[in-house]
Amino acid sequence: MNETYSAFAGFAQTWGLIYFMIMFGIVLAYALWPKNRKKFDDAAQIPFRED
Amino acid sequence: MNQRGSPGDVRMVVPSLAPCMESNNWGAEMAHKKTGLVSLEEGGFAIFLVLLAFACIIVAGKTFDQVMAFHAGIGALFAAVSVFLIFKNFFDDGGQPIPAEIDGKPNYNLGPIKFGAIAAMFWGLAGFTVGLVIALQLAWPALNFDLPWTNFGRLRPLHTSAVIFAFGGNVLLATSMYVVQRTCRVRMPGKILPWFVMLGYNAFIVIAGTGYLLGATQGKEYAEPEWYADLWLTIVWVFYLFLFLGTLWKRKEPHIYVANWFYLAFIVTIAMLHVTNNLTIPVSIYSTKSYIVWSGVQDAMVQWWYGHNAVGFFLTAGFLAIMYYFIPKQADRPVYSYRLSIVHFWALIFIYIWAGPHHLHYTALPQWASTLGATFSIILWMPSWGGMINGLMTLSGAWDKLRTDPVLRMMVVSVAFYGMSTFEGPLMSLRSVNSLSHYTDWTIGHVHSGALGWVGYISFGAIYCLVPWLWNKKGLYSLKLVNWHFWLSTLGIVLYITAMWVSGIMQGLMWRAYDSLGFLEYSFVETVEAMHPFYIIRALGGALFVVGALIMAYNLWMTVRHGEAEEADTTPAGSLAPAE
Repeated sequence: MNETYSAFAGFAQTWGLIYFMIMFGIVLAYALWPKNRKKFDDAAQIPFRED
Repeated sequence: MNQRGSPGDVRMVVPSLAPCMESNNWGAEMAHKKTGLVSLEEGGFAIFLVLLAFACIIVAGKTFDQVMAFHAGIGALFAAVSVFLIFKNFFDDGGQPIPAEIDGKPNYNLGPIKFGAIAAMFWGLAGFTVGLVIALQLAWPALNFDLPWTNFGRLRPLHTSAVIFAFGGNVLLATSMYVVQRTCRVRMPGKILPWFVMLGYNAFIVIAGTGYLLGATQGKEYAEPEWYADLWLTIVWVFYLFLFLGTLWKRKEPHIYVANWFYLAFIVTIAMLHVTNNLTIPVSIYSTKSYIVWSGVQDAMVQWWYGHNAVGFFLTAGFLAIMYYFIPKQADRPVYSYRLSIVHFWALIFIYIWAGPHHLHYTALPQWASTLGATFSIILWMPSWGGMINGLMTLSGAWDKLRTDPVLRMMVVSVAFYGMSTFEGPLMSLRSVNSLSHYTDWTIGHVHSGALGWVGYISFGAIYCLVPWLWNKKGLYSLKLVNWHFWLSTLGIVLYITAMWVSGIMQGLMWRAYDSLGFLEYSFVETVEAMHPFYIIRALGGALFVVGALIMAYNLWMTVRHGEAEEADTTPAGSLAPAE
């Protein structure tokens, strides 16, 4: 039982942490990538495009 | 022989029609219309509903469970009426497809959205009123009337489900159908499908709500509806997902606006949560009673994984979608930072799903699991406040609008409440704070600062925006009444929350007070007696909230009935000049 716990905790504290950091890094890079700036500024205007 | 049915009558009628047919081809058109076949969609839904009606009749006939007989009867009735409506609609429009565009502009489908807006207001009033009733019952228990149907234990789930799933759910359905069409600039797919989703969801509400009053419940908080209602909701929800994805698929706008991401996360996650937490096996198909496949602490964990994510993905993600569309629209400026909204979205959905175990501190759940839940709750501060800042800062440079626009003020105060309750929540998830707050009124106060302040106000704001847009009116009937609604209900919320803070913390402290010999200082009933004044203050706050909602309903009714029509700016000038 204790073995299962330490295995779980060990996995979560290393790989879980790395996984979350990588995902967060990808999101940040995607959101802040200079090339995407124009696309996102444009997307922010979508609610105002009347038809 | 019956004279009326004689062929002579027909001959009399036919010649009179003949000139008309020749002159404008009316008859030929009629004949053409009638030859159209029912579409796959119409036929499919009709066959499904006919089979459902028969299944319901069989169940109603064979069951010994009166609640089941009642619900199967309702199901058969609803299904039969729906089949009738499908064919009535088919013969009315001759099975003609509805154009997706008119003059190159999307022909948005607003009918089901109008229904959703009205249903939201109706269920909202019902849910708030039942909330007031149970608040009064806690202050004066005689109001239970010693009847099973009006007992606190049955009315409480009626209140929570009515405000969350009936009011909130209809707001989410209506706004999501509106926002996804407008931001994709395309009509949502299907003729029957949107109506099936909207009416099917409301049928679920009726089944669930009447079930509580009659005593059919799974006894799981926020997941009380029994197995057959759950099954029905699953079907409706899958079609809702199809409808939403179908609209995204057809979109004319290349980028998917951030509000749609939040709606999609809400729809997908709720499907997953609902199915997992309702994996029950009915005693028999003729019985309302069922048993869950999870047992013991696993069941508790699944329940609160569901319960907390109902908060995270129903009451947060869905309503954040509303924030990201309606606040920019009403403030007439784009969201403060679109990039922040992307980080907000992914951070929120990745973290929320882990926070559930904080509901089970000091239980049979292993401590590491509840620590994990608390840790993720603390991490949630970041996306929550990122989102709050994004919503509030959208007003940057236009703060003066808060003075003149009570609808915008309502939505901004809503975001402020969101910030407040998402600050308080992680704090309460810590084991040390939870040992004081859990099972006390503090929790109730916390939930209501989120529910009344955040969910309530953002929904009111969205409905105030939607109604003039849907019914093509220049604006609301009265902004003065919106002001009254705003101040009355704000006062109500403040009374509610402060009363519950005081009563909850007092209750927690009284429970843990020991005398010098190590005995408990207070009996349970002494804590109840001490809380009595705060229960009355809470009921007063709730009453103010109900009055505000009544003012809103009146204002919306007058907007629809007597509001000034929006001028159609697309009409070429002069074409409507009156003939002299």
